[in-house]
Amino acid sequence: MSVANRPTNRPLSPHLQVYRLPMLAILSILHRATGIALSIGALYLATWVMYAASNPHAYSLFQSFNSSIVGRIVLGGWLFSAFFHLCNGIRHLFWDAGYGFELKDADRSAWIVVVVSLVATAASWVVGLRLM
Amino acid sequence: MAEFALPANSKIGVGETYKAVAGTKNIKKFKVYRWTPDDGKKPSVDTYEVDMDTCGPMVLDALIKIKNETDSSLTFRRSCREGVCGSCAMNIDGTNTLACTKFIADVKGDVKIYPLPHMPVVKDLVPDLNVPYAQLASIEPWLKSTTAPPTRERIQSPEERAKLDGLWECILCFCCSTSCPSYWWSGDRYLGPAVLLQAYRWLADSRDEGKGERLDNLEDPFRLYRCHTIMNCTKTCPKSLNPAKAIGEIKKMLVERTI
Repeated sequence: MSVANRPTNRPLSPHLQVYRLPMLAILSILHRATGIALSIGALYLATWVMYAASNPHAYSLFQSFNSSIVGRIVLGGWLFSAFFHLCNGIRHLFWDAGYGFELKDADRSAWIVVVVSLVATAASWVVGLRLM
Repeated sequence: MAEFALPANSKIGVGETYKAVAGTKNIKKFKVYRWTPDDGKKPSVDTYEVDMDTCGPMVLDALIKIKNETDSSLTFRRSCREGVCGSCAMNIDGTNTLACTKFIADVKGDVKIYPLPHMPVVKDLVPDLNVPYAQLASIEPWLKSTTAPPTRERIQSPEERAKLDGLWECILCFCCSTSCPSYWWSGDRYLGPAVLLQAYRWLADSRDEGKGERLDNLEDPFRLYRCHTIMNCTKTCPKSLNPAKAIGEIKKMLVERTI
């Protein structure tokens, strides 16, 4: 209920503070969070390309950041965001078509999304490092 | 807009502790949300030590025992005590459910009891349900017809009747709506899972002739489409119904009528 419609003297009962969010709900939050991460990550990639287009010195500067611990966390996080958002997006397409609403199916598809996106992240990370 | 924190007047303090009589062996602690409009104080959580040897098996049994023997001011709704009226819906052990069908033994540790989440509190465990009731009225939950009344009953085949299974059983306890983060953040405009399941119950009825206007009324970025398939509703439903699926079916109907 919105603040505007609430009788002012009545307290609001606790929600996030007391609700034990199921795994499905946490995945839903993660879908939104990875979506935001991807938007920010797109700016990061664009900056990367701009450095590459400017001069070798600037590019090597950017690359040295990428190979630092922080840079690797940023890149790894972006990679995971991309795979997770892709896999969970496909899960949403199934829901849109009317499939997978039973709890056991939703739980199963949730675990598939988590495992596939982690494996895909790890696999492309290893392949990417080998190509470098 | 989503407000993750509680407003200043809703922050929960530490309340009283009511100890069991000395010598009680089998004690379970019940931590219960308290607020009364009468004393101007903020909400608090009171702790009641309950003797499990003389208490019934359900959470509602413990609440009634506390009210009878320890603290008569404890306020909650209850009626049927067998999961068909929906009155004793509350947040127990982090999930919304009916106090009368929730076994105390299923809760590990202390039993934490709050009113249904993100609702204005009337007193203690009694939430103000006026908004969800008004939303239910807005979907016009009755059979609509435009043709002349038949001379006998409106016939429905067993197959058509079967489409209403999993929908008619809803007892309108609003456990699902108040478990839904979308309903927490946009409950004034989003109808919420309980009301949308009811909306689908009439859309799925072969005898109803108001399908077009029902769908028109639901085709709205907030009323229907605030559902992001978080599935807290289906997870928490004490009657094991599936509001998320019902909402998915409404979304499908809206697509199907445009193609």
